[in-house]
Amino acid sequence: MGWFRKPSSTPLWRDEFSVFTADERYVNRRQFTKFLTLTSFGMLVGNLWILAKSVVHRKVSYPRVPIAAMDAIPVGGVKMFSYPTANDPCILVRLAVDRFVAFSQKCTHLSCAVYFEREQNRLECPCHQGFFSIEDGSVLQGPPQRPLPRVVLEKQDALLVAVRMEGESE
Amino acid sequence: MNTKPAQNRGLTAIDGAMVLIVILLIVQIWLLSATLESYLAGHRDAAIPGAVISAVLFAACFALYRFVDRIDSEVRRPGN
Repeated sequence: MGWFRKPSSTPLWRDEFSVFTADERYVNRRQFTKFLTLTSFGMLVGNLWILAKSVVHRKVSYPRVPIAAMDAIPVGGVKMFSYPTANDPCILVRLAVDRFVAFSQKCTHLSCAVYFEREQNRLECPCHQGFFSIEDGSVLQGPPQRPLPRVVLEKQDALLVAVRMEGESE
Repeated sequence: MNTKPAQNRGLTAIDGAMVLIVILLIVQIWLLSATLESYLAGHRDAAIPGAVISAVLFAACFALYRFVDRIDSEVRRPGN
């Protein structure tokens, strides 16, 4: 009788449904490995994009722009200006009789406008409570990770002249 | 389970290669984020070593993928 099979022999369903778990695992793992390798390629493309941006980064030429007369700003006073272009708001603060500092007004977190908090003697971003040192623009507290770009100033007669930016990312 | 010894060895090799690829990928993701952070902070010097190391990591991942592919083909070959 052909339909009688010994218990130790291969079951009938194995002949008709010949899908092996190990084979399925091979295929799945190979596909997953391919996916991981493609993800790795994506990471490489990202790094190459950063490299390309670094290589072709245009050298920004900073103009010399008079921004204020020194006598026009009292000690502790603030003046807003734009540098190096009209779309780059900056803040100038007079800390002492002969000490001026200027920074980009864009918070390095999400580009909200920072303002000078005179009582605490620091720059504050009101959006997410980020605080920057008025001395050098470094981060004191909050979500920003990078310091504020600083505007380098020169005194020319009675005028303050912006000559370049320091610590600018773009 | 009717898994043959050759298939078991192949599975072990593939598992090891996959773990290595995952580790390399984690390092590569960290490298990309660190390079991007450095670039946005104005330090463009990190872009070249970042790209070179990322290329090496990708080459290693690709080599491991080829290894997995080869092992898989060998194990599947009739007679194994």
